[in-house]
Amino acid sequence: MSNLAVAVQDLSKKYGEQIAVSHANFEVPLGTVCGFVGPNGSGKTTTIRMLLGLITPTGGTGEILGHSIRTPEKYLSSVGAMIEGPAFYPALTGRENLNVLATLGGFGTDHVQSLLERVGLGDRGGSKYKTYSLGMKQRLGIAAALLPSPKLLILDEPTNGLDPEGIQEIRDLLKSLAQDGTTVFVSSHLLSELELISQHLVMLRKGKVLFAGKIEDLFLAQQPFILVKTPNESDLLKIQEIAIAAGHKSTIRSGVAHIEGPADWAATLNKSAFAAGITLSQLSPMLPSLEETFFEMTGDSE
Amino acid sequence: MITVFKSEWRKLRRPTLFLGTILASVGLTGLVTSLLFLLIDSPQGNSDRGNMISREILQLPTGLTIGFSNAAGLLGIVALCVFAAQTAQEYTYGTLRNLLVRQPRRMQLLIGKYVSMATFAIIMVISAAIVSMSVAFGLSGKAKVETQAWVTSTALHEVAKTFGNVLLSVIAFGTVGMILGLLLRSPISSISLGVIWLLIVENILIAVKSSLGTWMPGNLMSTIAVGGTSEISYIHAISQTAIYLSVGVAVVAVLFKRRDVSN
Repeated sequence: MSNLAVAVQDLSKKYGEQIAVSHANFEVPLGTVCGFVGPNGSGKTTTIRMLLGLITPTGGTGEILGHSIRTPEKYLSSVGAMIEGPAFYPALTGRENLNVLATLGGFGTDHVQSLLERVGLGDRGGSKYKTYSLGMKQRLGIAAALLPSPKLLILDEPTNGLDPEGIQEIRDLLKSLAQDGTTVFVSSHLLSELELISQHLVMLRKGKVLFAGKIEDLFLAQQPFILVKTPNESDLLKIQEIAIAAGHKSTIRSGVAHIEGPADWAATLNKSAFAAGITLSQLSPMLPSLEETFFEMTGDSE
Repeated sequence: MITVFKSEWRKLRRPTLFLGTILASVGLTGLVTSLLFLLIDSPQGNSDRGNMISREILQLPTGLTIGFSNAAGLLGIVALCVFAAQTAQEYTYGTLRNLLVRQPRRMQLLIGKYVSMATFAIIMVISAAIVSMSVAFGLSGKAKVETQAWVTSTALHEVAKTFGNVLLSVIAFGTVGMILGLLLRSPISSISLGVIWLLIVENILIAVKSSLGTWMPGNLMSTIAVGGTSEISYIHAISQTAIYLSVGVAVVAVLFKRRDVSN
């Protein structure tokens, strides 16, 4: 068996003339946390549904835990998933909803209570699902995904509706699952969250994979930059001129100059500013965050 | 398959659904049977559409189950609603994707779901039969109907035969509900269409042209429950219903197996 939890080659899905996913190629190694990012409508959920056998690809191939995605019955007993938010029966309790899925999957219902406790719903398992808050529904969805004690956990926006404390708990949960050997493939619009927990990343835009690989490889490909602020905003233009004259790209956004360049060039810039009679109120060498990298790669500046 | 069956029963046994449906079924059957005996001397008739079922007919070995078989159409409508709602809700709640992740063999899921709902229908029909026959015995004295013929082996045979026919009819109605649920993927749409067709459209069409009754699915399924009528033979009702349901089931089975689950 290979050391890959997910491997897709040229995976594609067309609806009539509309292309939802186009020749996607990526791999997710076993035992890692892999972030799956892309703007709305980029094809993330369609890709996840193809991996789970819910949607038939119109082209390409894929393997989950060494089995073709054309035969989902061979691997889904080892896969937990929450797709496009939680979906349960409103009139059943949270516990009974999990019992339905545990019975269906043949997992038994013995560990349902412990799963409810693990996601912070231990004392609300007897309440009807329709009385749950959005955050509680999300937690129940994650508990349902954990029912098979999965080797691969696929989560679509698991932190939607959670408060900061809940987000922290889910982050810790995913980390602990990964430490126990579970592969986690997680999509989220909270890129700062993914940055904290992911070792790998798959980035989609308009159905195409822009990047797939180790997250540090993504950052290595990005330029570090220096943030510069001056007490007098008109001095920023002079700073920009200095940077451009030294061969560094520079833009001014919201009263801050963003100058591409390594951290050690900050001292040179400081010296040049001093020589030009400009006082700096901030000089911060930065590495691009995942969010900035994402916006740069997807061309989405909003 | 057994896991699908057990899983479905976790949903079906919900008190509001299970008790509500059983109570509605026994209530309807009890009412139809009660009216049969309480209105026995009414000039407006004591059966559906003003038909008169006389004391002499009720005293026959078949008399014990007349109320039960007369209520079969209503039991069928209840079954149609349950089957349609239980099937279509998986689409409206978005729970189908969860079910298919836990049971990716789609045909097994569909068959297990159908068998569990058919079991539900069996319990419903048994309850209705018990209540109907109890009411018949209970009101026979008040209606001055002799019951000696009801406790003979011939009567027992009639009870078994009527029970089988009503059960077949109710499960056929339920199957129509499941077909509509899978086709329309909405409980409200599938129940509305099913009930409007069976209770209104068919009756209008048959009233306009009585020969259409031989081909209308609702009329045929009701005919199965009463073991055939003077206009439609039992064999014709069974075979024609089987053809309709086979075509419907084949279509929805192919759709269910191949259709992308995108909601």
